[in-house]
Amino acid sequence: MLITCPYCGPRDVIEFTYQGDGNRERPQPASQDLDAWNAYVYDRLNLAGDHNEIWQHSGGCRAHLRVVRNTLTHEISSVAFTRGDHKVAARHKAEGKI
Amino acid sequence: MVERQSPLELELRAGSHGDFEHGIEVILSETRPGSILQLAAWPGQEKALIAGIRAVTGLALPDGAGAGSTGGVRSVFGFAPGKFTVVDEAEGLASAFANVVTPAIGTVTDLSHGRTAIRIAGPKAEWVLAKFFAIDFALPAFPVGAGRSTMHHDVFAQIQRTGADQFDIYVFRSFARSFWKALCHASEEVGYEVQ
Ligand SMILES: [Zn+2]
Repeated sequence: MLITCPYCGPRDVIEFTYQGDGNRERPQPASQDLDAWNAYVYDRLNLAGDHNEIWQHSGGCRAHLRVVRNTLTHEISSVAFTRGDHKVAARHKAEGKI
Repeated sequence: MVERQSPLELELRAGSHGDFEHGIEVILSETRPGSILQLAAWPGQEKALIAGIRAVTGLALPDGAGAGSTGGVRSVFGFAPGKFTVVDEAEGLASAFANVVTPAIGTVTDLSHGRTAIRIAGPKAEWVLAKFFAIDFALPAFPVGAGRSTMHHDVFAQIQRTGADQFDIYVFRSFARSFWKALCHASEEVGYEVQ
């Protein structure tokens, strides 16, 4: 399996570390919403098809990447930096973190 | 300055080795630069950092991921978004950057004692490196001056092409001796000289 890093280009999967399901929403650290934490830790879509994932190019540029991988075929349809991720950035902005 | 000892000392044997009777096709050496730095720009400060690198080293960075340039004595290349490795034969490059890369622009990390620089040169340099790293070493894909971050098993390596048939490889000092030995083994079939 090859992942095309937006910085480094196509690299073997051995250079990358899986950082988990990209669909999760991490609650605020101080949150005491147990349902939200339960969902963050345990709930998975377990899709047979295109799946949002976070990978790190740990054996390369070390950037964190948002990858869409098909769980049936391993075909990768998109790779982008998580840095500048609009969804996350918008949330941080709304929360006054940036 | 502390006198630096090479981790390769016990294994670096000058002379011809391997199947050299038909000719020497790669030359291996340790370049022992005085300064190896990593510079990182905060988001949005990349241009300011690149201008700072030019001001200190005189080297202009071309656009693009992994782009770099080399002037022989000094070299620079991008190894990650907004991050650059800068190398100088002389010691003390970190202090030259101290006033240029301000805290508002980014960071300067002095790795001079933490990395070992190994040079492989010669007509079979690409061939030997292709046995280690799953990246494209052909000149059009990996132009002179450009840098790559990759790994050989668990040995992380930064590679800069410093000539049409010459590459400088930066590895962690603690892995350098085993990497050097592997490089020597891989070079045996083409005949190699250690300088
Ligand atoms: Zn990368």
